[in-house]
Amino acid sequence: MPSVKMPRKSTDTDMTPFVDVAFLILSFFIMATKFKPPEPVTITTPNSVSSQDLPADDAVMVTIDTANRVFFSVLAEKDKTIFDDVIKKVGTIRNITFSNDQIMNFRKTFAVGVPFSQLPSLLSLEPENQTASSQAGIPVMDTLDNQLVTWIQAAKEVYRDRQKGLKYLIKGDGESKYPTFEAVVSAFKLNDEFKYNLVTSLENAPTGSALDIANRKGLKIDK
Amino acid sequence: MASIDTAGGDSGHKKGPGVKKAKKLSTRVDMTPMVDLGFLLITFFIFTATMSSPKAMDLRMPKDVKDPKQQNEAKESGALTILLGKGNQVYYYEGKLDEKASQFTPTTWKGIRDEIIKKKQDVISRHQHDYNQPDSECKKRQESAKKDGDPDWADACKDRDFVVIIKPDQDATYKNTVDILDEMKINQVKTYAMVKIFPIEYDMIKQTEAGSGIK
Repeated sequence: MPSVKMPRKSTDTDMTPFVDVAFLILSFFIMATKFKPPEPVTITTPNSVSSQDLPADDAVMVTIDTANRVFFSVLAEKDKTIFDDVIKKVGTIRNITFSNDQIMNFRKTFAVGVPFSQLPSLLSLEPENQTASSQAGIPVMDTLDNQLVTWIQAAKEVYRDRQKGLKYLIKGDGESKYPTFEAVVSAFKLNDEFKYNLVTSLENAPTGSALDIANRKGLKIDK
Repeated sequence: MASIDTAGGDSGHKKGPGVKKAKKLSTRVDMTPMVDLGFLLITFFIFTATMSSPKAMDLRMPKDVKDPKQQNEAKESGALTILLGKGNQVYYYEGKLDEKASQFTPTTWKGIRDEIIKKKQDVISRHQHDYNQPDSECKKRQESAKKDGDPDWADACKDRDFVVIIKPDQDATYKNTVDILDEMKINQVKTYAMVKIFPIEYDMIKQTEAGSGIK
């Protein structure tokens, strides 16, 4: 009886489409990834159900770290001259004269966390040497000399002169204490600013809660 | 792959002696290392890209007014005061704290949500429309809800008198503060305020903390 011969098939499969798709995904992720700018201190933000995106430009960010130190930074990637104006304004308000090198250094300074008395020496350092550990934080707890008020005032005036809107971000570490946050808010209040954005990470609204129901009704909550 | 052809000889060559026939090399390239590297990069970018992007939470603070006449007063029947203490502790009381501070109750984060919902329902059940008043706030709220496309716009003003007062103390963390503000959003509390804690309330928290041994 003649045996039925099965045709021998190669076990090789054509991997080309698979590889094509893989590289397509790869290029997508390369394009979509935005690398975080280096942070002076690592902040673990609390979670919230808020789903608004963070304004990335034309904003002032006040950072509070675990040790309740306060840092100030300006987010103005598009127009670097804003940095120069802010630091000059701070100099005018506080009667500090900065050299050109110091002003140029402020552009690259990621965040300032020193009292004004130490500001010129901080700005004399190269940005890579301005480590956060050597900075004591901007003094905010003294109600008579809340130095954050000056920083906010300077930024506010610069943006007002340019007729641009400015957003205020508060990025606090979950472990920081409430009085520091209160002092930061009072610094904003003294500048007649009452609307802020708190930087948080996203978490989902609990099922069955009033927000969850409103979301399902399709109502816009973030106005 | 990169072997040197040593098998050459001049036997049987058609082109004559001395002319070496080039060995036919396959045009197929081994793609395995490239694919390996590709997937390595994919995993790397997936891991870095899915890092949760930061979100913004709105916070509006009232202007500090010294004049008590200009300050907003919360209706006692609709007020719920939440106090935040050391070690993630939450306390609350309804209405106005009496002299013995008898309503002062410690609770948990789970419990405070139930308490907010309960109080909100309570306020809603006692609500009466104020249509007969010339400047009816009920009508205003209903109209704005209607504009937003809320199918239940008629209920929009029922929680009008419900006010939550948030008082974090010196030892409360920023996380607790954000969590309680978040709780306001989760439970759709429309009116809430962050207020400085009163000494008597702080004393109550201190006593409770000492009693339950929270450091």
